[in-house]
Amino acid sequence: MLGGPLRSAAGGAAQVDVEAVNIRELLTGLGDAHPKLKPIIDKGVAVSIDGQIYRDAWFQPISPDSEVHVLMPLAGG
Amino acid sequence: MTAIAVAATINGEATSFLCEAEETLLDALRDRLGLTGAKEGCGTGDCGACSVVLDGRLVCSCLVLGAEAEGREVETIEGMALGDHLHPLQQKFLDHAALQCGVCTPGFLVAAKALLDQNPSPTEEEVRFGLAGNLCRCTGYDKIVRAVMDAAESMRDGR
Amino acid sequence: MTNSETGLKERQFKIVGTRPLRPDGIDKVTGRARFGADMAAPGMLVGKILRSPHAHARIRSIDATKALVLPGVKAVVTHEDFAEVGADLQDVLENVMAQDKALYDGHAVAAVAAISAGVARKALRLIEVDYEILPHVTDVEAAMAAEAPVLHDDIVTSGVEPAPKTPSNVVHRHEFGHGDVAEGLAQADVVIEHDFKTAATHQGYIEPHACVGSVGPDGQGELWCCTQGHFWVRNTCAALLGMDVSHLRVTASEIGGGFGGKTTVFIDPVALALSRKAGRPVKIVMSREEVFRASGPTSSTAMTVKIGVRRDGRITAGEAVLKFQGGAFAGSPVDLGAMTAFACYDLEHVKTVAYDVVTNRPKQAAYRAPGAPMAAFAVESVIDELASKIGMDPIELRLKNAVENGSQSSYGPKFGPVGLVETLVAAREHEHYTAPLGANQGRGIASGFWFNFGGQTCVSLNINADGSVALAVGTPDIGGSRASMGQMAAEELGIGYDKVRTIVADTASLGYNDISEGSRVTFSTGLATIQAARDAIGKLCGRAAQTWGISPDAVVWEDGYARPAGANAGEFPPLSLAEIAETAAKTGGPIAGHCEVNAAGAGVSFATHLVDAEVDPETGRAKILRYTVVQDAGKAIHPSYVEGQYQGGAVQGVGWALNEEYIYGEDGRLQNPSFLDYRIPVASDLPMIDTVIVEVPNPGHPYGVRGVGETSIVPPLAAIANAVSAAAGVRLTELPMSPPRVLRGIDEAAANGKA
Repeated sequence: MLGGPLRSAAGGAAQVDVEAVNIRELLTGLGDAHPKLKPIIDKGVAVSIDGQIYRDAWFQPISPDSEVHVLMPLAGG
Repeated sequence: MTAIAVAATINGEATSFLCEAEETLLDALRDRLGLTGAKEGCGTGDCGACSVVLDGRLVCSCLVLGAEAEGREVETIEGMALGDHLHPLQQKFLDHAALQCGVCTPGFLVAAKALLDQNPSPTEEEVRFGLAGNLCRCTGYDKIVRAVMDAAESMRDGR
Repeated sequence: MTNSETGLKERQFKIVGTRPLRPDGIDKVTGRARFGADMAAPGMLVGKILRSPHAHARIRSIDATKALVLPGVKAVVTHEDFAEVGADLQDVLENVMAQDKALYDGHAVAAVAAISAGVARKALRLIEVDYEILPHVTDVEAAMAAEAPVLHDDIVTSGVEPAPKTPSNVVHRHEFGHGDVAEGLAQADVVIEHDFKTAATHQGYIEPHACVGSVGPDGQGELWCCTQGHFWVRNTCAALLGMDVSHLRVTASEIGGGFGGKTTVFIDPVALALSRKAGRPVKIVMSREEVFRASGPTSSTAMTVKIGVRRDGRITAGEAVLKFQGGAFAGSPVDLGAMTAFACYDLEHVKTVAYDVVTNRPKQAAYRAPGAPMAAFAVESVIDELASKIGMDPIELRLKNAVENGSQSSYGPKFGPVGLVETLVAAREHEHYTAPLGANQGRGIASGFWFNFGGQTCVSLNINADGSVALAVGTPDIGGSRASMGQMAAEELGIGYDKVRTIVADTASLGYNDISEGSRVTFSTGLATIQAARDAIGKLCGRAAQTWGISPDAVVWEDGYARPAGANAGEFPPLSLAEIAETAAKTGGPIAGHCEVNAAGAGVSFATHLVDAEVDPETGRAKILRYTVVQDAGKAIHPSYVEGQYQGGAVQGVGWALNEEYIYGEDGRLQNPSFLDYRIPVASDLPMIDTVIVEVPNPGHPYGVRGVGETSIVPPLAAIANAVSAAAGVRLTELPMSPPRVLRGIDEAAANGKA
């Protein structure tokens, strides 16, 4: 699932299918499938797997039945 | 520029220092005497972080010139504890977690002591108005007010 | 919710959950603690910064000749004295020192180092800057208009179709949400839509930015500064100066408040650049006026919110359009506002649209849950009005729509175990909720959400030969975190709290640590501390196993002692941590535990605030009479400092709601850069702030901790607006609700025959 502006960069698709066993493969696959997403991904995105949000965790495993969301990066105070 | 020689009693000790004519007491304390407990939060007398007592009166040391301390008595946060024995206000601030970042704490303690010296049994409202010249951005004042009330009670009880 | 439901083992804590004194406490009550401005170095010079008096101006030339010949002046720097940086740091660099344009009143254009403050001030007046004054814009909606003066030629709005071809002040349009809002609104019995505005506010930390920088002829640098993240400061300053990261060592001073505002650099690279040129240490301390004009406040906003509800209290759809100006550079927290706006509610149809806008104001910096308080103000105000319209209790309406474990969030992912319902129920059951109100008084309620972060964290825990423990963390302590870390280390090791001393180590002593931001410290550094303690325990057990001549697997750690795991492991008297430490030199050398981690699993958190306000109908002045904060902490390690975060967030919210406001004149200059005219709450403005700590454990932390620092500022703007609106008898939609605004609202309502 793609959140917010990532969606429009992927041509309006809220959901895209990518084969990936971890976050690194997911982001690489997404960038390859939707070149407009690549610069956004390169700038930094957050990924949630089953509700758990990860920043910069390439090797976090993704299981086949996981619900995955790619989100805009977060900043805090 | 010629520096002015100033002789004052600071925390009970006869002290002399040189300062420029336009130099504030706050800068003189901090930069000339190494007494950095008083802080500059605004430089305009709005935040109270630089509070000291001058001849028994609570002042913002950023609004007093260093030269004005000549012949007078200055009490700062550094003089509040007696050796390793904390003043009850200091102890109650710790007990009540009445500080978060702690930068306003010296000013609050000096102001709270000045308040209790004048009024040993303040109501909550009197504490709030007595400390209204001191800004704290972390605590919301709740624990500070409680600490001061508790310190006042323990000082009245002679504990 | 019980621990078993969240997968956390029930655990009886001995030290966690108690209220020990903080390790830095004595220093802070005696004036000994050293903050940013309290450092001095031998041969130190004073640095001062020349700032643009214009809101928008091209810099034709800067001539420092006259300043440089003034006796006592040792160096002048401009943008030419900094390195070229990558795109990621270009805005940071340009904000630190203007390049071809000054973009706001207060923008740094040059800096001088001299032997005294007096000489430095005189030198600033001798620097000649030739400005070509340009038209300016400071209001968010004015900046979006087609005819507005454009700040940057290279900003072309992204996220809109067809893609524009000309530059504008709108950086992007982003859209979030799911479902079909039109379809949802069609199902509603009542739909309410309002426009809202909030003023820019400042974090208002009492300690102005301060630093001492020193770069020697060998290119080695040192920096002492007040910051929320000295590792980030090191990396950024090194990049801006073209230094190797390892050539710069940064020590974080005690920090006099940050709230997000000390997560970036303003003066630190300038002090280092001046020092490099002058060959002596340079100290820069901002004045309060500089803090207001040139550090980072948060965004001012214009928002529109539309929500539909059925008579049974079910929200059918929510929509928000948010426009945030973030000052002179891209990056306002509008996306976070859009992601959090409806995060409290389980909605089938939700859409938020975010516009990031640049204006001639200082570059915004993070402020406590960036973007969320404003969005919550707008959404929770409409929710409040919907409740009253359908005649439903406002807590009941929220409970009917509140997210729970498994709900899909408005920003995408499904929630795990969360405590919104628990905070709402606790608020409803609180005696405050049903206490009587008098004339001209009103009660407001609002809920709020924040993500909370994890991130890169590195901790070292050294077991000393006498059995005491030195814990080194890399996240500056902005609210008592050294006490919490000491508690968690002591808890895990099974020793006394007074046996652990926690310090914030410099950048040469630990691996990289992310900034103390995003309410991440008690979670991330706490998690790393627990892991480091477990690492040390493994080694302690190993030493005991060697001493006993049994397998390390046959040793367990219980209550501060290594013991044989069972009868089969053998009969040995338990060895205490101190006993094992005493012989460490003979059993293999020093014992230490470490943890280097990119912490994930920060639990989101929710809060519900209750507030009573009274409005004087003659003057429009609103006063807070009573305030209760209910928030989920997951697990409160040191409850006093958790309460402190709740109370502090609420009171910052009081200031934001009632008084605080950046006021710009027609000339684009900030009109109120002082604490006299930018009025933050003082003790006499406030009642006690009651707190209720709800604990729904976060399964991502060994003890269940959730961040607490930021969520506390999300509900207050709305809660206070709801209370003041109820007291005034008119819906107030613009912050701050200063007396003139409240009075105007009352007068307009009277004119419209509503009051």
